[in-house]
Amino acid sequence: MRRQIPLMLCFIAGVFTAVQYFIPHPAIQDFQERFLAWLMTLLAFAFLLGTVSLIRLHWHKIRNKADDRGYSFVALAGLLVMIGFGFFHPAHHSPGSPFNTLFQNVQVPIEATMFSLLAFYIASAAFRAFRARTMEATLLLVAATIVMLGRVPLGELIHEQIPIATRWILEVPNMASKRGIMIGVGLGMMATALKIVLGIERAWMGGGD
Amino acid sequence: MDGRSLFDKILKIDRRWIFLLVGIAVVIPFFLPLGLPVVVTPPVQSLFDEVDRLPPNSQPLLMSIDYAPATLPELEPMSLAILRHAFERDVNVAVMTLHPAGYGLAERALLQAAEEYGMVYGEDYVFLGFQPGVSAVILSLGVNIRNVFPEDAYGTSLSQIPMMEGIRNFDDVPLAVTLAGWSAAEAWIYYAVEPYGQRVAAGVTAVMATDYYPYLGAGQLVGLLGGMRGAAEYEALIEHPDQGWRGMDSQSIIHMLIILLIVVGNVAYFVTGRKKKLVSQG
Repeated sequence: MRRQIPLMLCFIAGVFTAVQYFIPHPAIQDFQERFLAWLMTLLAFAFLLGTVSLIRLHWHKIRNKADDRGYSFVALAGLLVMIGFGFFHPAHHSPGSPFNTLFQNVQVPIEATMFSLLAFYIASAAFRAFRARTMEATLLLVAATIVMLGRVPLGELIHEQIPIATRWILEVPNMASKRGIMIGVGLGMMATALKIVLGIERAWMGGGD
Repeated sequence: MDGRSLFDKILKIDRRWIFLLVGIAVVIPFFLPLGLPVVVTPPVQSLFDEVDRLPPNSQPLLMSIDYAPATLPELEPMSLAILRHAFERDVNVAVMTLHPAGYGLAERALLQAAEEYGMVYGEDYVFLGFQPGVSAVILSLGVNIRNVFPEDAYGTSLSQIPMMEGIRNFDDVPLAVTLAGWSAAEAWIYYAVEPYGQRVAAGVTAVMATDYYPYLGAGQLVGLLGGMRGAAEYEALIEHPDQGWRGMDSQSIIHMLIILLIVVGNVAYFVTGRKKKLVSQG
């Protein structure tokens, strides 16, 4: 029964969600509205699950005196401070609150900086790894150069045809290849969804009996 | 005797020199702005025209500001540009977010633009806040906005907000714009465009923009902004140069630097490769 009930629920929910799309009857649409409300509630609990998992992970590292437990201290401290301000400060959602101040002045610059580091690594990787060893690699490099030039104003100054060539690359070969990939992905998604709904694919239930 | 040629040395250069070059290339335009003109491309012009057609003081533009701090430098200029365009034309704006970190960023962009144009909360703009569930949220918005956002982000019932009177679902939203550094735009296409026929435009990072050309070509997206360049083009259209336009100078120099590094790297690679071949042949 431990496996049959989830499989049955999955089947009923999957079939209902697919079928209701084609049935405009008010009773079905009303049930769909309630179903979506329950889904949003469930997904909110997923945040709670993620938070608990994160706390457990870092607490284990601290308790077991792992080498990098210092980072775990910082992670848990940050988490608890933000939760404290978020839940217990009376005006936590107002623009000048401690919660918002910490978010705007600590989290935002840190995350933006971490992502910006990619620019340096991309430049280094471009120098070390982008080699025209084969015809395909050469084609890729030429296309990349045209697009890089075409996406900045300097390219337009160098030659008026560069932005036109860039647009052609994006709107013709790029679009064509992306469409092919998306069709393949879409068919794969349909097949996987059918397998899950019909109970053929059961990995989502986890291991064990 | 050290027989390494210049090209051998170039190939083995410490990557910290490259990092230094990149840093200099980014910083120089802050002191020596190039002021290069930006040419507008059709996907951006298309979004601009859509916002330009919206009726003032009527049904709202729905903006879903779904980016996180990591993609803020590329996407915040877009959100500010679109908000300024809407406020300039007295178009009502309802802002929401599907990303938990997007709450603070959406609020900050909205309040900044609203203050610049003297907009009044509740009459000209409203901040709906965040709801988890991406697909469920978008599908529910198509049925009834109040199923998802019975109140705004500050706890005020939507029935008490003047600009939301008579706004029930996507039928009352002429245009939705999503700005995201993840697959939110796809979610809007799957769950808003196809089931409800909602007109949707997207602003995404430059890296992601190529993925959305098929949707643009098929008419499922009515406009597309790609990266900081997209923001710069939109700023040019509204004649309000800001972060996007300023970033173009740095981006121009960086792109030229990367192209130069690729060329130098390949020249060095082929020259040293040919030399090794000659040496091995005798």
